[in-house]
Amino acid sequence: MTSLSNSLSAGAEPQVLSPVGGEVSDFFALLKPRVMVLVIFTALVGMLVSNVHIQPVVGSISLLMIAVGAGASGCLNMWWDADIDAVMTRTAKRPIPDGRIRPDEALAFGIVLSVGSVLVLGLASNWLAAGLLAFTIVFYAVVYSMWLKRATPQNIVIGGAAGALPPMVGQAAVTGTVGVESLVLFMIIFIWTPPHFWALALIKSADYAKAGIPMMPNVAGPDSTRRQIIAYSILLFPLGLAPVALGFGGWLYAVTALLGGLGMLAFSVHVFRNREGEPERKAAMGMFGFSILHLFLMFAALLAEQSLGLFRAVNL
Amino acid sequence: MSDRPGPPGTPRPLTPEESQRRRKRSIAIAAVLFALVTIFYVLTIAKLGPQVLNRPI
Repeated sequence: MTSLSNSLSAGAEPQVLSPVGGEVSDFFALLKPRVMVLVIFTALVGMLVSNVHIQPVVGSISLLMIAVGAGASGCLNMWWDADIDAVMTRTAKRPIPDGRIRPDEALAFGIVLSVGSVLVLGLASNWLAAGLLAFTIVFYAVVYSMWLKRATPQNIVIGGAAGALPPMVGQAAVTGTVGVESLVLFMIIFIWTPPHFWALALIKSADYAKAGIPMMPNVAGPDSTRRQIIAYSILLFPLGLAPVALGFGGWLYAVTALLGGLGMLAFSVHVFRNREGEPERKAAMGMFGFSILHLFLMFAALLAEQSLGLFRAVNL
Repeated sequence: MSDRPGPPGTPRPLTPEESQRRRKRSIAIAAVLFALVTIFYVLTIAKLGPQVLNRPI
């Protein structure tokens, strides 16, 4: 897709469309609520590992704006990708391809929320955090959605940076700067993203081929993708333990990251060994599900250590 | 409301389902505006505290 008008006229062509427009719940669905919850979670951990006093009102409003900004970028992504969402089974029921919301409504909604969230975050906390949030939105909506996604099999590798930024925005919101803690959290999510998405792409490769998206299994082949999943899982293992080495991850986090990292390695080998039929599908889905659990538990451990007083330093 | 169509170019009357959807959207927009006012009020108090009243007259 090359232009704005193309996006508005291609697969995004409205099917129903009453003069009143979409339901409130459809607008909410445009924000990708599940992604918003993850963003709140990771941004909150980014705030807490900073080890500074957080003014509750400023912290809460900052967190809300980070979530709204993430939702806005999800909305702009759905607006741009409506044509390919329409041909993929996983996404065909989204509000725009399903004809429940007009593309122009979604575009306006996404832009208003993007600008609003950045401005309010800037006023509530500081302009470094607001700038980082603006960068996140532009990176996801423009660099990833409009360019990388349809251009290269490295789409989710580079685009993963957008999903990895919330801890940095969170830390910037409460400290006014970006420290090594949130940089490490950024790297963990960044390196976690490829094996997570490629596990799904392995079993949805027909869907991606139909939509013309050059995912790694479609371009480099499933075997190369499996080798890369192992490589990223190996990289993720020491990276997951970096918070312990740097002193902001305690015993609870260390055990969680260690076991989870080993689990990721085991699942990646399982995916590599099972390449046909139902075992292939089960192995890939297992890897996909476990990767979510692994990331969730690592961040939950950090959250518990910082907020419940469970932090016990690991003396190396 | 009459079911007869108006002059050419006049929008058709809304169905009951559309009217209800518009009402829900209006309520949602009102709620968001109220939330914004609350956010700015609370934020001002939180950031300035008692200093909010300390201004030259």
